Amino acid sequence: MRTLLALSVALTWSFAAQADSIAIINGTVHTVTDDGVLANATVLIEDDEIVAVGNDVDIPDNAHIIDAEGRPVTPGLMNVFTKIGLLEVGQVSAADDYGLSGAPFSAAFDVTAGLNPDSVLVPVTRVDGITRAVTIPSGYGSVFDGFGALVHLGVGDGLDDDMIEIEKAAQYLAFGGRAADVMGGARGGLAMFIRQAFDDALHYDKNRRNFDQNKTRDYVLHHLDLDALLLVLNGDVPLVVDVNRAADMRVLMNIADDYDDIRMIFNSAREAWKVAEELADADIAVIIDPSNNLPTNFDNIYATQDNARLLHEAGVKIAIATTSFNDLNNPRNVTQLAGISVANGLPYAAALAAITRNPAEMFGVEYAYGMLAPGLDADVVIWEGDPLEVTTLPTHVLIKGKLMPMDNRQLRLRDRYKDLSDPTPMQYR
Amino acid sequence: MTIRKPYEAGDARMRSILLAATALVAVMAASSADVATAQTEQSAAGRLLATVNRDPYPSTYVPRPSPVTAIIGATILDGAGRMIENGTVVMANGKVLSVGANVAIPDNAVVVDAAGKWVTAGIIDIHSHIGIGPVPNTEASGDVNESTSPNTAQVWTEHAVWPQDPAFGRAIAGGITTQHISVGSANLFGGRTVVVKNVPSRTTQGMKFPGAKQGVKMACGENPKRVYSKSGPKTRMASFAGYRAAWYDALEYQYSWDLYEAKVQQGDPAAKPPSRDLKKETLAMALSGDILVQMHCYRADEMALVLDMAKEFGYHVSTFHHAVEGYKIADLLGEAGTCGAMWSDWWGFKLESFDGIRENIALVDAAENGCAIVHSDSNVGIQRLNQEAAKSMAAGNRIGLNISKAHAWTWLSLNPAKALQIDDVTGSLEPGKMADVVLWSGDPLSVYTKAEEVYIDGALTYDRDDPTKQFLSDFEVGYTKQGDLK
Repeated sequence: MRTLLALSVALTWSFAAQADSIAIINGTVHTVTDDGVLANATVLIEDDEIVAVGNDVDIPDNAHIIDAEGRPVTPGLMNVFTKIGLLEVGQVSAADDYGLSGAPFSAAFDVTAGLNPDSVLVPVTRVDGITRAVTIPSGYGSVFDGFGALVHLGVGDGLDDDMIEIEKAAQYLAFGGRAADVMGGARGGLAMFIRQAFDDALHYDKNRRNFDQNKTRDYVLHHLDLDALLLVLNGDVPLVVDVNRAADMRVLMNIADDYDDIRMIFNSAREAWKVAEELADADIAVIIDPSNNLPTNFDNIYATQDNARLLHEAGVKIAIATTSFNDLNNPRNVTQLAGISVANGLPYAAALAAITRNPAEMFGVEYAYGMLAPGLDADVVIWEGDPLEVTTLPTHVLIKGKLMPMDNRQLRLRDRYKDLSDPTPMQYR
Repeated sequence: MTIRKPYEAGDARMRSILLAATALVAVMAASSADVATAQTEQSAAGRLLATVNRDPYPSTYVPRPSPVTAIIGATILDGAGRMIENGTVVMANGKVLSVGANVAIPDNAVVVDAAGKWVTAGIIDIHSHIGIGPVPNTEASGDVNESTSPNTAQVWTEHAVWPQDPAFGRAIAGGITTQHISVGSANLFGGRTVVVKNVPSRTTQGMKFPGAKQGVKMACGENPKRVYSKSGPKTRMASFAGYRAAWYDALEYQYSWDLYEAKVQQGDPAAKPPSRDLKKETLAMALSGDILVQMHCYRADEMALVLDMAKEFGYHVSTFHHAVEGYKIADLLGEAGTCGAMWSDWWGFKLESFDGIRENIALVDAAENGCAIVHSDSNVGIQRLNQEAAKSMAAGNRIGLNISKAHAWTWLSLNPAKALQIDDVTGSLEPGKMADVVLWSGDPLSVYTKAEEVYIDGALTYDRDDPTKQFLSDFEVGYTKQGDLK
């Protein structure tokens, strides 16, 4: 098996290097555009780009052909709540870089200094069809957490070295019972602090010369943190707020009203269905784990598996992501979460959009990624079967037009141990 | 005097204790006419247990009355590895009456048409903390780990199970009919575990699975090391030293009771019972097999050592819980007759789980005499154990293991029942067993399928479409949307 695996990797590389273009033919192509699903369709790729999608595509003579044999073809998937590149293994603090402990107001913190494209989590996640991710600062027990980055997963040994697509993809804030504890124990203090920080950032921006001469009033944050918040206040970077209680979302929507250019996205948002109409009116998108249905604390008494469906029906843009702490090593399971949302009433196409096009739009990269359409980056996945079903995985994953090796540390451990009767010591295998 | 395995261990000190006890008992037995009778009345753990109330918090569970019910036209996975197309399950008096493609339907039966649907044996989750680690998850409600000492074998999980945990109701919506609820893994010996039926009840006693043995929860590896890094065990070496010292203490404790028993039988008026020690009592019962050993363990090398320790003291490890590296020693697990209770794909959340692979369950299953179990350890995961089994089945089939859906379902029902020694009464749809049955909307090894009806001991205990057949916990009463009634 090991030989076979090595051979298949080698084949992958040789044709990827030789062919000018790749044609995926006979696919059931989920475009995630207005064209919907195309039967027996072709996706034609040249270099790193999709150049044609449809039933009537001229395939160049030198194209490398991949016959999908009727199986589903989708855009590469995107999970916008991950620690990919920041987390190697849990509970080994030297092997993770996703947040600062004891620094609850670190708006200027930027994850990119800790990104490791050689992390084993990259290929483990990638073979499951995840090609893009937002990798984020802590998100737990903090107020302002800093900037998350939007990355692609076509990195590692023999591939690209640079996974960063957008260095400052979003600023992260937490609002709720736990974050309030940081501010003395009450949400009122937390809301006050956020407004003070925003006012300070705007004041600082207008008085930079005075600040340099120590002539400004005291600010609640350091100047680098204020600079970071200015990117949010100017609307350059979205503010992703980890929030679950419906009433908290209303407080945040009020804050958003008072600072015109803020683009808020709610994360986790277990009670978002209760304020779905208001979210739609305010054009606030949400990131959810649709399996959450337990009152795990007093912020999410109304958690329900209907959340995804109800938000969708109200016209709220949703992304489905692995927002639960237990899932930090399994961002690959975002397909199962999307399937669970379908089981609970979300239309299939909406569920697929919630792990492709919607997150792309939320993070402002829809011009390059999230659909199968000409001109977009060629992140394309061919599946054994229904991509949202728990028994299916990809057969081929392409990122920016390159076929990815279907290999990772877990598969090699599997092959090392699957025949225990072989007398060769494991260390020699 | 029944000589038990602990005394057969090779250790010289224990052998001398054994010989002394045997000789003493033999002498005394010869002088007592009543010995034979006394022995037959004794439990496996001897006088110790004969003189104490073994069941001070007895189960009060009584199956709810139910009509004779026939589910017809379903695809059946019986939990013991069989699949029946267009089959019928008949339940009567709380038991499975008949299962098959051509079975008679009693005249008085309520008939449930399950055409296009699937029926399975109820799911048994062998690793749950529901009730002791309830939602809402607060310091006030959390009772999972008595992390005050590495050995708290004296504590009982059932003394902290909150029957109103909303998670019980979410679990039954996932087809869970029985749970093995366990104290956590902070300690070398965490305490006693409890098996419950997943039924609505005011009291924990009202959920306790009648006749099911308790377990003792033990833990390997990182957790005890981390929790007791200052006071010890700080290393895996000290963890093993701690287990062994405790087992020896338990043997000596048992011996002190055996000695007392012998004196009583001899009619010695000065015979004075030893002081009861609740910690050692748990461990003595584990050595005698009256309590099942449930061990949290990740690494292959540690599990192999634990299996040797079990031989050293003559006990049996029922199940390694988590067993993320089970695939590396699947053969050893099979030889020992020890099950692995595993996740389908959790890995990497700590160093001892770094080598987790998706094929773990399938590879443990594939070994000779392999016993694989899908467990949750999560009040979220427990709601979809069927999907976790599906993932593991698919992973196994990708490497050619040829696992059928019917076989995969044994990981959810008969195998955990065997591990808990309740397989004579539940775990599969076979005549005479408890009618713990789930009706699914379709193929249960799919993300899109949901449990529609759950029968426990023949009683319809959950019905997705019937608002009166939902578990609404006290905690959720009065909130405007009461529970996740879907």
